[in-house]
Amino acid sequence: MAIENTPQTHRDSTNTPPLELHPVPKTFAQRFKATLLVPLVVFVVLALLGQVLEVSTNQYIQLVLLYMCANMIFAVSLNLVNGFTGQFSIGHAGFMAVGAYTSAYLSTAVFPHPAFPMFIVFGLAGGCAAAVAGYIVGLPSLRLRGDYLAIVTLGFGEIIRVILLNMPAVGGARGLSGIPRPPEVDFGNTVLTPFYFNYLLAVFWTILTVTFLWRLVHSIQGRAFLSVREDEIAAQSMGINTTRVKVRAFVISAFFAGIAGSVFAHSAQFLSPATFGFTKSVDAIIMVVLGGMGSLTGSIFAAVFVTLLPEFVLRPLTDLTGIDLRMVIYSLALILFMILRPEGILGTREITDFFGKFPGNLWRRDGRTNR
Amino acid sequence: MSDFSQEFIQHLINGISLGSIYALIALGYTMVYGILQLINFAHSEVYMVGAFAAYYTAKYLPRLTGHELPPGAMTLVILLCAAMFVCSVLGVAIERFAYRPLRKAPKLNILITAIGVSLFLQYAGQIVFGADPKVFPNVMNDSVIMNFGSAELRVLDVTILGVALFFMAVLTYMIQYTKTGKAMRAVSTNWTVASLMGINVDRIISITFIIGSSLAGVGAVLVGMKYPKIEPLMGTLIGIKAFVAAVFGGIGNLGGAVLGGILLGLCEEMVVAYISSTYRDAFAFGLLILVLIFRPAGLLGRQTQEKV
Repeated sequence: MAIENTPQTHRDSTNTPPLELHPVPKTFAQRFKATLLVPLVVFVVLALLGQVLEVSTNQYIQLVLLYMCANMIFAVSLNLVNGFTGQFSIGHAGFMAVGAYTSAYLSTAVFPHPAFPMFIVFGLAGGCAAAVAGYIVGLPSLRLRGDYLAIVTLGFGEIIRVILLNMPAVGGARGLSGIPRPPEVDFGNTVLTPFYFNYLLAVFWTILTVTFLWRLVHSIQGRAFLSVREDEIAAQSMGINTTRVKVRAFVISAFFAGIAGSVFAHSAQFLSPATFGFTKSVDAIIMVVLGGMGSLTGSIFAAVFVTLLPEFVLRPLTDLTGIDLRMVIYSLALILFMILRPEGILGTREITDFFGKFPGNLWRRDGRTNR
Repeated sequence: MSDFSQEFIQHLINGISLGSIYALIALGYTMVYGILQLINFAHSEVYMVGAFAAYYTAKYLPRLTGHELPPGAMTLVILLCAAMFVCSVLGVAIERFAYRPLRKAPKLNILITAIGVSLFLQYAGQIVFGADPKVFPNVMNDSVIMNFGSAELRVLDVTILGVALFFMAVLTYMIQYTKTGKAMRAVSTNWTVASLMGINVDRIISITFIIGSSLAGVGAVLVGMKYPKIEPLMGTLIGIKAFVAAVFGGIGNLGGAVLGGILLGLCEEMVVAYISSTYRDAFAFGLLILVLIFRPAGLLGRQTQEKV
């Protein structure tokens, strides 16, 4: 997407219709409608759906659903750096590892037998730890671009893994086991199971992440991210502190990757440094590239696809042939996408762009920025 | 001589022999980077395939010809030729089918493709060669040539260093004194102007991949001699380290790659000997990050200012 050169020489004010903009929301009700209504409705619907899933599916499918949420957060957060800011990070699994281990360590060693609300605190703590790591990695991006940055992030991801391997407090190479799930709550007539709480947490974090990032990239701050992607020098000459924007992108992205790690940790209940190797980072890159770099909804769909494909298609295929085809297919997809459709499935568009521009669709993007 | 200095000499020998292998592989990275400004992630997999090419040659050539391959110089030459040939073919194929269609695409896309090719070769390798480690054939009978107290100078180390230096000399000659080398230098300086001067850029890029990949093949055979366990994922770590060496020396600079490789080999050996072996692999990454922060152009690279 290039910056369009609209000729500004003279504008015929008599013939062009006035630009239709949404009124800037003023009252609380208007703001609520513009920002939180859709996420809340989605959350309530998904929360009710969770009760259905609880009784209608088995544990395996439930676990896959939780992983799917973790992957969505993971992919969407990487998209902020790789898609919207135009940097290239290939060590995203490192941030996820930091978040996962922080959250898991807090819930096992520091605050054992936590109640449900504590899990939100663990998630936040994991996110913050990852954000600190993101700040440390973001600093070298002061001077680096493109492939150098990629290599540094790769190196950083590996360093985190090696450090975790040599940390006896979190189990080292044996891994960290016995990570708690939220406890069961008995209301007499209804029992809320650990899965349901985990599911609520995963859905909550997913919606929070997507809402936050959506609001971010459509805000004035978000325009700064996009401008760095489009042309760093032009952005600089427009008065944007590109370094600060890049570091900010890294920190926010790492924060949400840490939250994805927390969701993953309490779903899997077991962590090992091997989980967060290079292939995990590649998973995230594949989701972002497949969905479209610069498309949040694209990443969400790609995350669903990339989570379900190995579980329901490749695993039976592997059982049948005895060959692990997962990474072969992923890597081929990566190459073919880059050659044939480098913008991914959605490019920089969002799925809501296809919903038609019916009035009242506050999630449509019509060039108006949220302040 | 004191025990300490004998030990130190031993580590010095090991470090230089390891470093010269890093240098050979780093040359492949730095050559491709010099011409395409692309980190060829697949280079480490070319190296891996080279090791397997040598392995299968040593396994099946005696059956085909009926002659044994006894450990010795002849075997070494045969395996080197086999590995270099297979690696060149693979390198050219990668360039032709994965990178050339993207010649005009944004750099990020080519980088993602390179990662894709690298992963594809790794996992396809696991399917084709099997994921279990294989034992590299005995190429040279190892024995001690010279003793410095308890420090030993062994045949393997001397061979590795000798072969590495030989190929570096050949490369230097090619780059500096042949017409092709001149064309390569021209393309790396300015691709458009070089093509205006009648240089077939596509051909030069192919030649670069042939040379870089065959050096990876040489490195693979040498590593196989010293650490005779090969597996499809063996390329990743050594590839990263060779890349660090290339960046350390100044990427795009041939002398820098050699210097960086040998320094990295030495540093790593010393870290393992005197600090801790658990951080052996983290060391290369740490060094890389430090170099990139404080001197991104590397030891011998030129600092360039980006222009609009």
